[in-house]
Parts: sequence; C-alpha cells; structure tokens
Amino acid sequence: MVQKLDTLPETASQTAGPYVHIGLMPSYAGNPGSFDEEIGTSPLCGEVTGQIIEITGSVHDGTGWAMRDAMIESWQCDAAGIFPGQPGADPGLTGFCRFAADAQSGEFTLRTVKPGPVRGRGGLVSAPHVSLWIVARGINIGLSTRVYFEDEDNSADPLLARIEQRPRVETLIARKLDEGRYRFDIHLQGPKETVFLDL
Amino acid sequence: MTLTPSRDAGPLIPRNRSIHPVPYDPDYKTSVTRAPNLPLLSMESTPSEETGPRFGHARLGPLDNNLILNWTRGAAPAVGERILVHGRVLDENARPVPQTLVEVWQANAGGRYRHVKDSYFAPLDPNFGGCGRTLTDDEGRYQFLTIRPGAYPWPNRGNDWRPMHIHVSVFGHSFGQRLITQLYFEGDPLIAHCPIAATVKDRSALDRLVAPLDFSMSRPLDYLAYKFDIVLRGRRQTMFENKLEGM
Repeated sequence: MVQKLDTLPETASQTAGPYVHIGLMPSYAGNPGSFDEEIGTSPLCGEVTGQIIEITGSVHDGTGWAMRDAMIESWQCDAAGIFPGQPGADPGLTGFCRFAADAQSGEFTLRTVKPGPVRGRGGLVSAPHVSLWIVARGINIGLSTRVYFEDEDNSADPLLARIEQRPRVETLIARKLDEGRYRFDIHLQGPKETVFLDL
Repeated sequence: MTLTPSRDAGPLIPRNRSIHPVPYDPDYKTSVTRAPNLPLLSMESTPSEETGPRFGHARLGPLDNNLILNWTRGAAPAVGERILVHGRVLDENARPVPQTLVEVWQANAGGRYRHVKDSYFAPLDPNFGGCGRTLTDDEGRYQFLTIRPGAYPWPNRGNDWRPMHIHVSVFGHSFGQRLITQLYFEGDPLIAHCPIAATVKDRSALDRLVAPLDFSMSRPLDYLAYKFDIVLRGRRQTMFENKLEGM
C-alpha cells in the first residue's frame, strides 16, 4: 500500500448532441425568450483598439460535408496581447464568442479584433491566434484548435514549431481574402485534417 | 472581470483522456465521420488555455436557474416530476471553482426538445423551454430547479433510446477547462443500453456521470433532489514554476 493521492479525476465529457443550440445559443435556436441577455453574442463589447477582422469558414466531416449543426466558441487576447481579465486589458473586448455553422449553408462567421502576439511562460512568444473549441453531435469531447493568420510572422510560434509534418501547419493558418477578411476551414478527417490540440 | 489569483499560476494538469469518451465509436454512428483520425498535438498549456471568460451576476436573471418557471417568466409551471439538481464544481486538486457559469439544457417530461429538428411524437410543453444557467457560489455550489426529462428514441442503430439526461456545460476559470457533459439519473435501466453513455469506456468515469437521489436536499411535498458534482481540470501547484525553460 502507498499513501492515498487526494486529487480528483476530471468529469468525463459527453457529446453536446444535436440540440446544443437550445441550451447555449437559444436565440439562434428560435427560443429567444429564455434569457434577458445571452452570453458570447460578440467578443466585442465597446470601442476596441486594433483592426476589426472577419473570419469565415465551415466545419467539414470525413465525407467532406460542411456540417450544419456545429457550434464553435472562440477565446483570444486583445491587440496588445493581453487577455480580458488581466491588468491593462482592452475594456472593449470580452474575448469570448459563440457562433454556429449556419443551418442552411454550414458557413460560420466570427467578427472580432485581430489579436496580438502573446508572451508566455519562459518568455516564449506565440504568434497572433484565436483559440477555437468545436462541439456537435458525434463529437464526444470538444475539439480545440487555433486560427493563425497568413499575413503575420508565424515562423517562431512554439506550437506551430511542434508540428512534425510541415504541410499540416497550413491547416491552422487563415487565408487572407481581402483587407480584414480571412477564410478558415476546419476538417475533422481526411487529407486536410485540421491539427487539433491537447494543451 | 477578476484578476487571475496567483494560486492559479501553474500550467493546466494534462488531460487524462483515458477517462473521457473515445472519439471514434461505431456504435454511435455520427462519431464515425466526426472523430479526428490523427493524433492530437500535445504540449504544455499557454496563456490562451490558462485564461478564460468570466461572467458576472449582472447578466443573469432571477429565474435563469428555474426551468420549471423560466420559459413563462413565472406565469405557469412546466409539467413533470419536479426535481432539484445540485452539486459543486471542483477542480482536480479538490478545490471549489467559485463564480463560474453552469449551463443546462434538456428535453421535457415527455422526452421532447424545444428544437425545430426534434419531431418526436411526444408533445411540446407550452410551459417548458428546456434551458437554464447559474453561477457557482464561493464554495463552488450550484443548483437548478427543473422537471425530470423523459427518455426518448433516436435514430442510430435499429432501436436506440437515450436515458433520461440533462446536458451540462461548465467554463471553469480558463478556456482549457471547458467541458460539456451529461447528467444521468440513478437507477435508469437505459444507461446500460445507451451507445452515447457507452462511449465512456472507463466504468468508474461513467458512474461519476450518474446523479444519486439525494433525500437530504429533497423538499417534502414539493421536489426530489439529485446531486451532481463536476470536476474540472486543475493546475499544477509548485514553487518551481517561474524558472526559464531548460533551467
């Protein structure tokens, strides 16, 4: 026998299921009466410093089909690399957004401010990125990934540097369509499978 | 917004994925085309995972955690077996997670969701919306008043039924703690037949998703109670965290 550890095991995940929107985005689900004010309707909550950008994309299953029922959450820092809640953070940014793949087209859109680089533990600097968390029916534990930007210097990013198969780095980089407009498609399986994270 | 307390300085404890459901499970057919095939990229958490959104009381209404009344704004109660669902949100270090948002959604007493895609024969209850939310208190406690959801059939294998369940979404204090799970009810014989519950292969991890009947919190002549504690990822606590890489 040994001493007993006093840690607790994490609660197991379960799929968010097909009706996740009635719980987390009730207005989108057509049930606007549930709450006075919903959370995560925009990551912006006022005047914000930096460039306003729009990221559009879709989430594809293993057959290539753009899923109509995915729900995505995003979290990010401000243009100076400070996260909401940290000292000096931009008061115009909540940093958190919920958005859905459209029920007809499968397309999602995130309108936000472009994040700055972030200095982490040990002085390592991450290139600008937005964190995403994807849930849907058939996804048993939420999928984490990041959106980096084609027009930023991603060469020294510590996470991207960990990706052994270099062509897969491209799955995390949003393509610039136009000034302030980016495209980011997510593939759950197949030759273009997105790099999903376990951080 | 609150500053991150200094006790939260360390990285997140890496997730033990063996207690979580397998992503790919042919018995849950939709997972077959939606489970990543390639390994996840693992590394130590960074500020993106160690920070997260906070939600204040200001945005929540007084009936938000009362699913019996919130759809009608208190005008008329929902049909069904009245229950209190309560518990604590803790982290892996067994510390309470205070002031964190807990959201729930569920079917009505007949097993029907208020969703355009749900076409089950059971009727909608005009007095039931099926979603609620609350913040944990300083000890990590939360509670919801609701009705017990009905079991329902769903298109998967020839004749699959979901056990009675409530979907539960929790934030914690960092985006890397984000979790969605389902609460099942003690004694429900359908749990053992459910391919979604069975995506959790660790028997004790599945048992921890089953809420026991809790007479200590039941209110006589009003409602029964079920207890559901939730454990989120913790953070490593040592005095050696501030060293540079390689030192």
